Amino acid sequence: MAVTRRADGGFDWRLRTPRQSLAQWALWLGLVALTVWCWEVMTETTIWAFVSDAPRQAADIAGRAFPPRWSYMERLWGPLWDTLNIATLGTLLGVAIALPVAFLAARNTTPSALILRPAALFVIVASRSINSLIWALLLVSILGPGLLAGVIAIALRSIGFIGKLLYEAIEEIDARQVEAVQATGASGPQVLTYAVWPQIAPAFWGVSVFRWDINIRESAVLGLVGAGGLGLQLSGSLNTLAWPQVTMIIIVILAAVVASEWVSAKVRHAII
Amino acid sequence: MLSVENLVKTYRTGDKALNAVSFTAPKGQVVGLIGPSGAGKSTLIRCVNRLVEPTSGKVRLGDLDVTALPRGALRRARRRIGMIFQEYALIERLTVMENVLSGRLGYTSFWRSWLRRFPPADIENAFRLLDRVGLTEHADKRADALSGGQRQRVGIARALAQEPELLLVDEPTASLDPKTSRQIMRLIVEICDERGLPAIINIHDVALAQQFVARIIGLRAGAVVFDGPPDALDAAALTRIYGEEDWTAMRKAAEADREAERDEAERLAGLA
Repeated sequence: MAVTRRADGGFDWRLRTPRQSLAQWALWLGLVALTVWCWEVMTETTIWAFVSDAPRQAADIAGRAFPPRWSYMERLWGPLWDTLNIATLGTLLGVAIALPVAFLAARNTTPSALILRPAALFVIVASRSINSLIWALLLVSILGPGLLAGVIAIALRSIGFIGKLLYEAIEEIDARQVEAVQATGASGPQVLTYAVWPQIAPAFWGVSVFRWDINIRESAVLGLVGAGGLGLQLSGSLNTLAWPQVTMIIIVILAAVVASEWVSAKVRHAII
Repeated sequence: MLSVENLVKTYRTGDKALNAVSFTAPKGQVVGLIGPSGAGKSTLIRCVNRLVEPTSGKVRLGDLDVTALPRGALRRARRRIGMIFQEYALIERLTVMENVLSGRLGYTSFWRSWLRRFPPADIENAFRLLDRVGLTEHADKRADALSGGQRQRVGIARALAQEPELLLVDEPTASLDPKTSRQIMRLIVEICDERGLPAIINIHDVALAQQFVARIIGLRAGAVVFDGPPDALDAAALTRIYGEEDWTAMRKAAEADREAERDEAERLAGLA
C-alpha cells in the first residue's frame, strides 16, 4: 500500500505503489503475449482442410449414430451392473484405506510428524498423481482383465482424493472441543471418536459420496483398457463402427451419472 | 485441596507466561483469577490439568503431585478435575446427553463409549445434573441448537459428571450477556457451595468477580500481584494489576448494574 505525503501536509493513498502497478501491468501484457504466441503455434500444426470439414464429418457420424439401437440395451444390463459394482466397491475400499491415512497425515492427529506423516502424505500424492485409467492399465497387465482390476484401480485413485480432503478437514477442526474432551481424562481413541469424528463426519460422508459419484463416471471408461464394465462394450462398439450402439451406451452412462448425482445430492443434503 | 508451588511456564517462543506462581485453594473455596489479557490466566489454569505442560514448579491435588505423573496416571488425575470453557467447547454435533456423558469418558472403556453404552448409574446421574442446571427437556437436542447460556449449562453439567474434586473455569461468561453471565456465575458458585468444591475462575469482569467469588488473585505478567478478599480490591490494587485507569467510574457503573438487577428482581417478584 502506498501512503504519500502531499506538499500541503495531507495524505495521499493508493492501493499500489507506482512500481507495483507497473509490475502488474507488465504481467498482464506478458499473459496476452503468451496467448497470442500459443495461438500461433497451434494454428501452425492444424490442417485446416480437416477443420473446415468438421461440421460435415460430425453430421455424418450423428446421422449414422441415430436412432440409437434400443434393443442393444438387453446386452448392457450386465456391464452396467458391473460398472456400478466397480464404482461402489472401489469407493468402499478406497474409503477404508483413506480414513486411517488421513488421520496419519493430519498435523493435529498424526502419531509421528517425522515419519508417519510424510509417509501418509506420500501415499496421498502418489495416488492422486496417477489417473485411474493408468492404474487400470497397470493392473490389467498385473491381474489380467476383469472387474478386480477395475475395483482396485478405482480404490487406488480414490485414496488420494478422499485422504487429502479428509486430512484437510481434520486439520481445520475446532481445537477447543478436543481440549475439552482431553480435560475429562479421555484416552486417545476416545478423543478421536468424541471430539474429532463428530466434527469431520459431515465432510467424511460428503467427500465419500462425491467420490462415489465421480467413480461411476470413471468406471464407465475403465473398460476401454480391459477392466470390465460399460467401457468394454464401448470400445467393442467403437472398434466395429457400430455407431447406434455407441449412442445407446452413452445414453446409459448419462443416465447412470444423473442417477448417481441425484443420490449424492440427497445424501449430502441429509447429513448436513 | 489444590496447591500450586512456584509454577513457571516459558513458551517455546521465549515468552514467560507464568513466573513463580504460588497459592493454595482449600476445599470449597472459589477463587477468582483476574488480570489483563496475556497475564497468564488461561495458561495457569491449563497448567493445573496439564493441557499446557508447565516448565517447572508443582501442582498438587490433595496428596497427588499432578506435575510428576506419567501419561496414564495423568488421565486418571484429569478425571478428578472438571473444566468449564470460555466458548463452551461442547461437541456441537452431539446431543446434550452425549455431551454430559462425555464427562464420564475417563471412567468408561473405549468400546462402551463408542457404542454409547454408558453404565445406567452414569445416565441416571447425567439426568440429575441436567435437572440441576435446568435442561432436562433438552437432553435429546443437539448442542448447537441451544442458546449461549444453555450451552454453558451443558458445559457445567459435563464438568460435574466427572464427580470432580476441583473445578477449573476459563472465562465462563466471556460470550454471554450481562444477565446470563450473572446467572451462570451464580450457578457455578452455588454448585461449588453444595459440593464443597474448590474452583479457580478466570474472569476479566472485575465487578462480576467481586460479586460472586470469595477470594481474588490478581495476575500481572505471569506473577501474583494481589491475593485477598474481594473487598480488599481497591483502586490501588487494581492499578497494580491492570495499570493506571479511573477505577471509581468502573465502580459506579458496576454499582448501577447491580441496582438495575435488584430492581428487575423486585419487579419480577411484584409480578408473581
